[in-house]
Amino acid sequence: MYTSGKYSSRGPALIPRMKTKHRIYYITLFSVVLLGLIATGMFQFWPHSIESTADWTLDKRSVHDAPLIRLPVSSPIPERGDLSCRMHTCFDVYRCGYNPKNRIKVYIYPLQRFVDELGVPISSTGLSREYNDLLSAISDSDFYTDDVTRACLFIPSIDVLNQNSLRIRETAQALAMLPRWDKGMNHLLFNMLPGGPPDYNTALDVPRDRALLAGGGFSTWTYRQGYDVSIPVYSPLSADVDLPERQPGPRHYFILSSQTAIHREYRAELERLKEENGEALLLLDKCSNLSQGAASARKRCYKGQVYDYPQILQESSFCVVLRGARLGQAALSDVLQAGCVPVTLADSYILPFSEVLDWKRASVVIPEEKLSEMYTILKSIPHRQVEEMQRQARWFWEAYFSSMKAIGLTTLQIINDRIYPYAARTYEQWNNPPVVKWSSVNSPLFLPLIPPRAPGFTAVVLTYDRVESLFRVITEISKVPSLAKLLVVWNNQNKSPPEETLWPKISVPLKVVRTKENKLSNRFFPYDEIETEAVLAIDDDIIMLTSDELQFGYEVWREFPDRLVGYPGRLHLWDHEMGKWKYESEWTNEVSMVLTGAAFYHKYFNYLYTYKMPGDIKNWVDAHMNCEDIAMNFLVANITGKAPIKVTPRKKFKCPECTAIDGLSLDQTHMVERSECINKFASVFGTMPLKVVEHRADPVLYKDDFPEKLKSFPNIGSL
Amino acid sequence: MQAKKRYLILLSAGACLVLLFYLGGVQLPAASRSRHDRSRNGHRPEQPWPHFSDPLHLFLPWDQTDTEDYNLHISPRQKRDINTSVYKGKRCRMDSCFDFSLCRKNGFKVYVYPQQKGEKISESYQNILSTIEGSRFYTSDPGQACLFVLSLDTLDRDQLSPQYVHNLKTKVQNLPLWNDGRNHLIFNLYSGTWPDYTEDLGFDIGQAMLAKASISTENFRPNFDVSIPLFSKEHPRTGGERGYLKYNSIPPFRKYMLVFKGKRYLTGIGSDTRNALYHVHNAEDVVLLTTCKHGKDWQKHKDARCDKDNAEYDKYDYKEMLHNSTFCLVPRGRRLGSFRFLEALQAACVPVMLSNGWELPFSEIIDWNTAAVIGDERLLLQIPTTVRSIHQDKILSLRQQTQFLWEAYFSSVEKIVLTTLEIIQDRVLEHASRSSLMWNSHPGGLFIQRTNKTSFVCSLFQIIVLWNCDKPLPAKHRWPATSVPVIVIEGENKVMSSRFLPYEIIVTDAVLSLDEDTVLSTTEVDFAFTVWQSFPERIVGYPARSHFWDSNKERWGYTSKWTNDYSMVLTGAAIYHRYYHFLYTNYLPTSLKSMVDQLANCEDILMNFLVSAVTKLPPIKVTQKKQYKETMMGQSSRASRWADPDHFAQRQTCMNKFASWFGAMPLVHSQMRLDPVLFKDQVSILRKKYRDIERL
Repeated sequence: MYTSGKYSSRGPALIPRMKTKHRIYYITLFSVVLLGLIATGMFQFWPHSIESTADWTLDKRSVHDAPLIRLPVSSPIPERGDLSCRMHTCFDVYRCGYNPKNRIKVYIYPLQRFVDELGVPISSTGLSREYNDLLSAISDSDFYTDDVTRACLFIPSIDVLNQNSLRIRETAQALAMLPRWDKGMNHLLFNMLPGGPPDYNTALDVPRDRALLAGGGFSTWTYRQGYDVSIPVYSPLSADVDLPERQPGPRHYFILSSQTAIHREYRAELERLKEENGEALLLLDKCSNLSQGAASARKRCYKGQVYDYPQILQESSFCVVLRGARLGQAALSDVLQAGCVPVTLADSYILPFSEVLDWKRASVVIPEEKLSEMYTILKSIPHRQVEEMQRQARWFWEAYFSSMKAIGLTTLQIINDRIYPYAARTYEQWNNPPVVKWSSVNSPLFLPLIPPRAPGFTAVVLTYDRVESLFRVITEISKVPSLAKLLVVWNNQNKSPPEETLWPKISVPLKVVRTKENKLSNRFFPYDEIETEAVLAIDDDIIMLTSDELQFGYEVWREFPDRLVGYPGRLHLWDHEMGKWKYESEWTNEVSMVLTGAAFYHKYFNYLYTYKMPGDIKNWVDAHMNCEDIAMNFLVANITGKAPIKVTPRKKFKCPECTAIDGLSLDQTHMVERSECINKFASVFGTMPLKVVEHRADPVLYKDDFPEKLKSFPNIGSL
Repeated sequence: MQAKKRYLILLSAGACLVLLFYLGGVQLPAASRSRHDRSRNGHRPEQPWPHFSDPLHLFLPWDQTDTEDYNLHISPRQKRDINTSVYKGKRCRMDSCFDFSLCRKNGFKVYVYPQQKGEKISESYQNILSTIEGSRFYTSDPGQACLFVLSLDTLDRDQLSPQYVHNLKTKVQNLPLWNDGRNHLIFNLYSGTWPDYTEDLGFDIGQAMLAKASISTENFRPNFDVSIPLFSKEHPRTGGERGYLKYNSIPPFRKYMLVFKGKRYLTGIGSDTRNALYHVHNAEDVVLLTTCKHGKDWQKHKDARCDKDNAEYDKYDYKEMLHNSTFCLVPRGRRLGSFRFLEALQAACVPVMLSNGWELPFSEIIDWNTAAVIGDERLLLQIPTTVRSIHQDKILSLRQQTQFLWEAYFSSVEKIVLTTLEIIQDRVLEHASRSSLMWNSHPGGLFIQRTNKTSFVCSLFQIIVLWNCDKPLPAKHRWPATSVPVIVIEGENKVMSSRFLPYEIIVTDAVLSLDEDTVLSTTEVDFAFTVWQSFPERIVGYPARSHFWDSNKERWGYTSKWTNDYSMVLTGAAIYHRYYHFLYTNYLPTSLKSMVDQLANCEDILMNFLVSAVTKLPPIKVTQKKQYKETMMGQSSRASRWADPDHFAQRQTCMNKFASWFGAMPLVHSQMRLDPVLFKDQVSILRKKYRDIERL
């Protein structure tokens, strides 16, 4: 702006014969430029409002605006679904390709209205509310792409949720007319109510070539395992009724049957059960005096008494979900929502999402034939398991049944997991409710394994400048038979480590690592030089540990490779007065931490400490130059759920003559700071992971009346 | 004037251009930035599926919900019968081809046809049959059986194989109990023959179930057939080697990333994948080797690559690669499954499956994504990128899982067969079957029997006295008064194993098992109980014993001497989980239990074997007062069975009997004992919680 002004003011000088008339041109020009800039500025300021008005007009669209497509009578019909289809035969995986996010791309066809040559639509309902919800959920998700060429999965906008409202032949023709149909390859259809009278097929009757079917009510004979996806039948009540979660526990009724379309043979059987077991069973039916419609769907009756549905489901421990003409029942969704354990009686039914959900933890499946034994079977299930199932049932509903969005995205995730199996969601991710996910521990070293003695351990000595003490420590440790390597972490940037010739001569390799910064976390770095699993972290002033004690410590670590095994033990206590945690180093009967001034642990924990430490703990430790050992204890206890192991009796570990320096640990402020650490870490971890135990490990014959020379570790606990 | 005008036009045109450029230039980044912002806020730039404003119908109108008119139609019972008659052969399912009623009376019992003279049976099949006969499922009475297993060898159905059994069709049809194969289980490892290796067994299996290796998803009848792994005839009958993983190195990468060494088929049999492997081979960390040198006339068919491939093939040692690779490729060979699979699993080399359409072994219960990488043959070229993208943590867990699965289900013929039977049993007892979690985590499905765990009830809750003597019970007033209920059970058979019956009366998880001559102080028991709470899966107790390999006598030895280590804790004074009562009674074979009963000895050794086989860990010894040990060793109780001179020799024999049934020595040594934290420390005894333990 400013420069252009200067330029125009210089104009007359360049053109000396310029007249006033021309100057007006310049001014006009100038103002045009100015106005343009202002306009641009305005545009920049309110771009959202401009775009959102565009959105708003888009929102106003009506189903009836969708283009009308007329199907010729002779239009081709796809083949019936091929029962032998599997992902590797009927699905084109090249379209999904390799992508670093391991996520499939899904394309949705724009809405079209198909009519036959006479102008009669192919479906009596057209686009249903549920299918619309499903498609908009998918289009809002990460799976969606609007680029048809990049898509891996195609979803037609033709609504086939309910076969009853479809004209089979015309629907099939419409599918075949889709521009990318290509024998149904990579196409996904959603259907919840398959089949029709009189024999009610268990899969959609519309011929569909190789298209995948996400179907509600598959039987084991129509379900193509690993290809189709079994989905629930959505219950419209899910959206209308808000049932608050109830605490698991015993309910007023033991078994409840609330379905209305039960075959009379089965109803007779249920009546018989009711007679035998009385009040424990509640057997409801539709209310005869109410008219059909939404209102009657919300009521159930028994001998003139009216109950609210689905609220009544919450009053029972088990709820019967019996097959109707179809195998899939919307009642299953209501039952789960109520936190009632479904008792499924539908032979050969493939339960919803059974590919990933472990229904054994949330439901009871009883063969139809055994309906009469239902009561005895359910009574044999212990209470605790029932409560577990109630919780699980509710969680399944919340995560996978509660909305069309949940159903749609779960289906896509299952297909996604098949295409990228190495990045698939785990059993725990699918099946564990959030509460369990947070509280459960998943030890990364879960295999019970006692590593062989031979590889030995690597001692990592953190040192700053106490060279004399360091050399004594090195000499002492080098006597331990299982020592494989010594690694000195030189944490002093101002001073070089002593010359090679000055170091003690030892029989194992000795490596010195110089660090860039004087940080405590350098002690826990997973150095490549550490080639053994076992790491002994040791301070440069711990000179009083005997070779027997160290060797024994290593033997104990081999029995507990997933724990910290250390010498000085410490405890955390709850201070009732202050209402917070307190650090304790006195003579206590309990242990919850071991100091890493001398401790064995798995190298994996170095990696965890360095790369996976939650929150800002690592920086905090480095900034305060304290509590790295407490942090390590928290980390290990949190991931394994196990207490550390303290070995051998209590003794003085540092040199007797350096008590003055030793004062550091005893210093009152130091203790306060360590209490602070515990409180800080507990809040970062969101829990107190440390476990308290009352035992320590000693050699089998420790202090036993037995000749010392026959003991493997005689020199233990001597001061 | 003209020049001026021209100048002016030029200038204004230039200005317009600048203006346009400026506007456009500003607008473009602005627009793109705003799009960026919005997508970060979770909005999308364009709404591809429009929000329709008009009211839409429900997919299931309210008036349709219960008008299925079901009642008017066929009875569900009839419908079931129709299913049973329609779904046969390739469409068999448990619902249509299995008679559940046979299992209802006597539970899940398996009958093996008696072996006929003159029928040759391969070693592998013999192993399968003797495993079943030695298992707790076995019954010799076909009237009690729920499942039938042929004594005709069906393992190898390759007509070119020497093991091939001829005329199987008529032999099977002539079996008196065949009943069109209903409730029969047929084991098969190889089917079909050169060149197309179909999965046809060469005889009509009727409604029988298949336990088959290399079965394809197309032919696999879900929840009816069982896919078993291909195992060689050297595969041990029981026990079996443990996995090769000894320690978890960090970082978890090994020398090679991905290896394979195997045959390549030149005549068009087998998969093309093996022919294409050389594209991915890089001779550094991805080593995929094939050879053409197999069969008699390979020279005839050899192609341009053969000589080069063969030369490269000979450069590497298979065993060395197997043990030093992070991932092992398991590509399809002539058949879908190959030996490579079990080899890789045992070697803790994470299998990378390239065998489209193979129904993986025990897929019904095993979640293979936790122990293997399931690749797609069509995406061979992506395999290196894929395995490299797998995170270190995942590798660590995949590798450990291979070892768990190997040891739980694959390491011996016995495990493979028992797993197969347990899977079928779970289908039969559906409402009480094991969840996927139980199958896929330690200690595995074979050790998780049908039982229901209950919660912790603290400390001493009740005392159960098992009166295992022929003398009558003492009168009521002679029992000491206690604050907890004392329950006396009079053993019915007065045998040793009744100590470990899963008495329903035991409601706590922890069981403190004591001999009648044991003297323990409450402090000692309290301490042992707190220790047990940290190790509920192990035996925690006092008197420890050890085993050793006696190389002179070539057998296991038992010692009660004081040693620096131990591998057993006697159940004369020990705490353990009551679940082991259940396992002892239900998992162990009758042969071992009756041996214990006859000898009236060794029940504690057997319990230690069992617990260590489950946990793969040693028991835990806790510290004790000296006095107890003396009572124990000094045989103060005159009637004690410890006084018997044969006692010790018997225990030696027991050890070897047990070890042979378990197939390997499950006991593990430990060198440590757990003491109270302040045990014998130089501090006032008043500060110690368990001070009684130190007092004599």
